[in-house]
This record gives sequence, C-alpha cells and structure tokens, in this order.
Amino acid sequence: MLSIQNLHAQIEDDQKMILKGLNLEINPGEVHAIMGPNGAGKSTLGNVLAGKDGYEVTEGSVFFKGEDLLSLEVEERAHAGLFLAFQYPVEIPGVQMLNFLRTCTNETRIARGLPELNGMEFLKLARAKAAELKINPDMLKRSVNSGFSGGEKKRAEILQMALLEPQFAILDETDSGLDIDALRIVSEGVNALRDAKRSFLVITHYQRLLDHIKPDHVHVLADGQIVRSGGPELALELEERGYVHYEKAA
Amino acid sequence: MAATADTVERVKKISAETYKYGFETDIEMDRIPKGLNEDIVRMISAKKNEPEWLLEWRLEAYRRWTQMEEPDWAKVSFPKIDYNDYYYYAAPKSVADKPKSLDEVDPKLLETYKRLGIPLDEQERLAGVAVDAVFDSVSVATTFKHKLEEVSVIFMPISEAVEKHPELVRKYLGTVVPTTDNYFAALNSAVFTDGSFVYVPKGVRCPMELSTYFRINAQETGQFERTLIVCDDDAYVSYLEGCTAPMRDENQLHAAVVELVAMDNSEIKYSTVQNWYPGDENGKGGIYNFVTKRAQCRGVNSKVSWTQVETGSAVTWKYPSCVLQGDGSQGEFYSIAITNNLQQADTGTKMIHVGKNTRSRIISKGISAGRSDQTYRGLVKMLPKAEGARNFTQCDSLLIGDRCGAHTVPYIEAANPSAAVEHEATTSKVSDDQLFYCRQRGMDEEKALALIVNGFVKEVLQELPMEFAVEAQALVEISLEGSVG
Ligand SMILES: Nc1ncnc2c1ncn2[C@@H]1O[C@H](COP(=O)(O)OP(=O)(O)O)[C@@H](O)[C@H]1O
Ligand SMILES: [Mg+2]
Repeated sequence: MLSIQNLHAQIEDDQKMILKGLNLEINPGEVHAIMGPNGAGKSTLGNVLAGKDGYEVTEGSVFFKGEDLLSLEVEERAHAGLFLAFQYPVEIPGVQMLNFLRTCTNETRIARGLPELNGMEFLKLARAKAAELKINPDMLKRSVNSGFSGGEKKRAEILQMALLEPQFAILDETDSGLDIDALRIVSEGVNALRDAKRSFLVITHYQRLLDHIKPDHVHVLADGQIVRSGGPELALELEERGYVHYEKAA
Repeated sequence: MAATADTVERVKKISAETYKYGFETDIEMDRIPKGLNEDIVRMISAKKNEPEWLLEWRLEAYRRWTQMEEPDWAKVSFPKIDYNDYYYYAAPKSVADKPKSLDEVDPKLLETYKRLGIPLDEQERLAGVAVDAVFDSVSVATTFKHKLEEVSVIFMPISEAVEKHPELVRKYLGTVVPTTDNYFAALNSAVFTDGSFVYVPKGVRCPMELSTYFRINAQETGQFERTLIVCDDDAYVSYLEGCTAPMRDENQLHAAVVELVAMDNSEIKYSTVQNWYPGDENGKGGIYNFVTKRAQCRGVNSKVSWTQVETGSAVTWKYPSCVLQGDGSQGEFYSIAITNNLQQADTGTKMIHVGKNTRSRIISKGISAGRSDQTYRGLVKMLPKAEGARNFTQCDSLLIGDRCGAHTVPYIEAANPSAAVEHEATTSKVSDDQLFYCRQRGMDEEKALALIVNGFVKEVLQELPMEFAVEAQALVEISLEGSVG
C-alpha cells in the first residue's frame, strides 16, 4: 500500500531538515500508530505525504499503490485514495459545510470515474453519515469549521473521511481535544471503515486512542526518524515512561 | 511557489483570453466628427430630432461642464483624458432607417447580441425578460414592447420616449441627478445618446423583468447612456442592465447617468452585471467607467435596491445612491466588485436619510486579485429630521495573492440623535492553508478558489433576479480565473 524509503524533507523557507531518513511499510488492511514527542516531525510526515507546499523532499522515495506518490499533485493524491485528517482543520468562512462536502465528494467521484451525486442523493448520504458520528445535522448548514469546537472539527474530519472512502487515511492527532464520549464515537467511525483493503496511519500523543483503535504496529518517531517499532504493547510502555528518553536521544 | 501565488499567476495568464465578449462587429457606422463643442452637442440633438427644450438643457449642461474640473478624490489613477479625442455619436447606418420590427433589424446586429447571449428574435429570446439593446449611441431593438403596452408599462429607448412621452421625460429628467451634480454627470447631460426609459403607472406590477444590454463597439467612441425609471404609487419593477465591449488597446470612456424615482409604496429593483472590457494583463486598454446612479425614494414606504456585480472596466468610479425622502422608505445596496490584473475600482454607495423611520442596508463584497486595487467608499447620512432612521453596513474584502489592495472608506454623518448606524468591516485573504485543505479533499485549485469566492459573495448573488444569478455566478468565476474557477 505505502512504502516510504529513506525520506528526507526540509522546510523550504529556512531549509531546516525535519525528516531525516524515515522508513515505513504499510500493507493493505493494517493500522499503524505513530507516537512521539512534540516537534518530532509527525505532522510534517502527514503534510509531505499529502503534498503540502512549503516542504522540500531532498532524498528518498514514497510509493503509494506502486505509484510514485511525490510526483502527484495534492488533489491527484487525494483521488488516488490518500486522506489526511488535519491536526488543525482549516476554517473557510461563508462556504457551507454541505456544499463543501458535496464538492469534495463529487470531485473525487468524477476523478474515480463514478457518477456525481445530485443534491438530494448527497443530502441523504451526508445526513446518514453524520448521524452515525452523532453529528448534529445543523452543522451541515454552518460554514466549514468556522466557530466549530475542537471536538466538532475532529468529528467533521471523520465525516469527510467516511464520505470520501479513502484507501489510506492519516489521522493527525484526531484524538486531541476530544472528551471520552467523542473519542469513542470517532473511534467507532474509524473502526467502521476498517477492512482488509484499507490502511490507517494514526498519529497520536496518547495511548488512550489506541484502546479504541487497535493498531497492528506502533512506531516511535523522534527527531525525524522512526527510532523504534513494535506491537500495541509499545504504546503502553510509552504511556508509562513518556518520551523523555527519546527526546534526549534526539 | 506558494499555492495562492501560483494560482494568481495562472489566473493572470488566462483572464485576458477569457474575455469572451471581446469580438468586434464589422458594420457600417454613421458618426459625427471627433471632439466636443457646442456644435457637436447640437448635432447629437439634431440626430435625435429633439425638441428645443432638450437642446437647451444639453447646451446649458455643456457650458457648465466646461467650467468644472475632473474629480480627483477617488483612489484611482489614469492618464489625463483628452475629451476632444473621442467620437460622441456613432450609430449603425442601418438604424437610421428606424426599423419598425425585429425583422427589419440588421442581421449583423442580431447576430452580435446572439453571440453575447442576448438573443432578440421571437423564437430564442429569454422568456419573461424584455430587452432593450443599445449599440454604441443608439437602441437597435426592444423586445416585448406590445406585451408591456397591454399593462401600460412604458419601456423604450429614451430618445423614443422624448418623442412619444415628452411630458413624462421632461417632468423627471435631471430631477434626481441635476445636470451639474458632478463633472461626469454634466458631460453625460450634454452628450447622452441612448439608454432606457421606464414608466410603471400607479398600481401596476410589471409582469416581466426589464433589461437593457449596453454594447460599446465603435473605436474611439464614448458611450453616454442615460436611463430614467419612474415607478408610480404602488407599482413595482425589476430592471437589469448588462454591459460588454470589444478588446481594444486604447481606453474607452463610458459615463452614464441613471435616475430612479420611486413614489408611494412602490419598489424598484435595479441590478447591474457590469462586464466592460477590463484591459489586458498589463493594464493596456479597457473601459473607463464613470457612472452616476441615484434613486429618490420620494414616496412613503417606497423602496429601491441596487444590486451590482462589477467585474469589468479598467477604472471604475461608481456610487449608486438612495435619497430616502419618504417616511418609512428603504434603500439597499448589494455589491460584488472584482478586480484582477491592473484593474482599479473605487465604488460604494450613498444613503441619505431624509424622512422618518427610513432604513438602509449596505452589503459590499470586494475581491481583489493580481495587482489590482479596490476601494469601498460609502456615505451614510442621517439628516436632522430622520427620526428613527436605521442603517446597517457590512463591508467585506477578500484578497487573493499579496500584490493587490483593498481599502474601506466609510463616511458616517448622523445629525439625528435617534438614528442608528451600524458598521461592520472585515478583510480576509484566501490562504494557502484553505487551498491545501480543499485540494486534499479532491478539488483542483480553480475549483477550490471558486468555492471559496462563491461562499464569500453568495449573500449578494442571492439578491439578483433568478434569470441572471446563474450567469452572474459564472461571471464571478470567469473573471478571477478562467479565472476563479
Ligand atoms: N511550515 C513550517 N515552517 C517552519 N517550521 C515548521 C513548519 N512545519 C513544521 N515546522 C517545524 O518542524 C518541526 C516538526 O514539526 P511537526 O511536524 O509539526 O511536529 P509534530 O507534529 O511531531 O509535533 C518543528 O520544529 C516545527 O516547528
Ligand atoms: Mg503535529
């Protein structure tokens, strides 16, 4: 599904190197968790994979479903099935959530050779998916992420994921800012999408998310590299010992 | 390169090519000599077979104009205009024979309007919309005339109205915008050629949209249209004007005057989709659009709303205004102004509250892209007798890229202590993060920009008559893209 080899990436503006030789293999159906101290480069990894401007890959390669991911435009990566749930979802004042979701969904469907959904069809679909995530349908009428609480924003990200049905989703600290009920609902939303062909990269700071979304593999990212990998038990160990050890190593 | 900068670059390249109205009609023209003096004014008046009073009115305006100075307070700059270097009258030769019906109209003219998306002939014309088509200095055709006559609504070129309804024209012409109101209004009064006249009698709700389509075609020619709309007691009319011009390297002058009169309990809805040629990506060519538009709400509880979508012109100077005289009268101004490349726009409104419990509402949405510069200039004035008057103003600017400018200049004068004025203003930027977010969800850059811009302007687009809202939305997208789109 996803194969990252020796990935080096720096910030374009100040040429600060953030990812320093990162390797990761993710197979279809797997859930990988990435944990690590603040500033380790976790969000940078998500951004580079999604194709955000402002980063420069200086070395290494990324293949997604056998294709050279780094040569694709942002939207082409999305069409190919890559989804990024943002750590900080972006506000778009004036643009109604429903209209935004429908545009995203239809643009993606067109690119994937599927027929567009008309207004009624889409409204039904969006309402059903929103209900599963216990999202108040009024949210669909509000402007994209504008004035949403932290929890609402994160739920809206999962709603988008549910509508776009990606093959590979990166969840960047989707758990932060969620209370325990919201965490459960969001996790259920993710678990409902888990299947043998779909993979996840779950970036998190806390072990508690991984009680709900059981990972197959856990990695520690520190100073731009994966410094340790293991099974779910690694998350428990990190919870106990913290990242101090890794921050020093960094 | 940052995503927005990249988009703006692309927009710049496309926009000059996307001005799809830039073609020229090759047609034999009747012109009077270049330049401006009393003889020219007399010639224009003679061409139109005008009565003596109107010639005198023009000459008086001309004399006053020669003593006035071109205004320089707007935040726009352009080379000095040589008023003697324009033609002030140009009309297709075939129109001189006064075609009686559409069958007699020169096919070249019909073809021109068809290409502009305004088919005039019986089979294809827009249902529910009567059109007056003005080509350079003359009206070439007006549709649905008879249907409107059945309900006693007068809708005809103003020069025809001068002949057929002189008493009405004389009663109202220049009463809202006096000939000496400002430099361009004086110029227009001296040399105006055509435009529309509308009179809706007492108690009549005009059964269809009325619309005038202005086309500047001839080279080095100014267009000076004059529109006069009178809505008598308890009457209603919705009117729309559209404008385009060919792509030319030299600048062309357009100085219009529009006067609206609303009597007791009447309502006039006036919409504009202004898409004059904006010039190329280096700022060469384009229309100078210097326009005076004013409404007088003379009657109690009368209402006028101005809705404008301004995407064209090299330089725009325009402040559609309402004088709210009648007690309980209302004025509204809804505006979308888009500037790209090197366009400049200084636009806004004036709401003058004279009567008691008058209300006004201003919603202005300005979008600047490229290296363009835009100013919102608005005046809200409450006179001493405007007991209980209310105004709400919301003025939002959206910037695309970082080489454009947006300025907001609100003037508020409240001379009545019970009057309330509320003003909100925001300036925002289409951010790289917003574009990235949309693209990550599957939209390409143009789609993303269109979505964001449409979200920004939708409040105003909703105010347009249904028949034109879709077209206007498409225009918004085209003018920033191929442009925002
Ligand atoms: N656009 C940017 N400009 C400058 N520095 C950045 C940018 N993005 C990330 N960084 C820096 O890169 C490092 C890694 O950041 P990030 O990937 O957000 O870490 P994490 O998500 O692991 O907390 C930090 O030092 C951060 O300040
Ligand atoms: Mg982060």
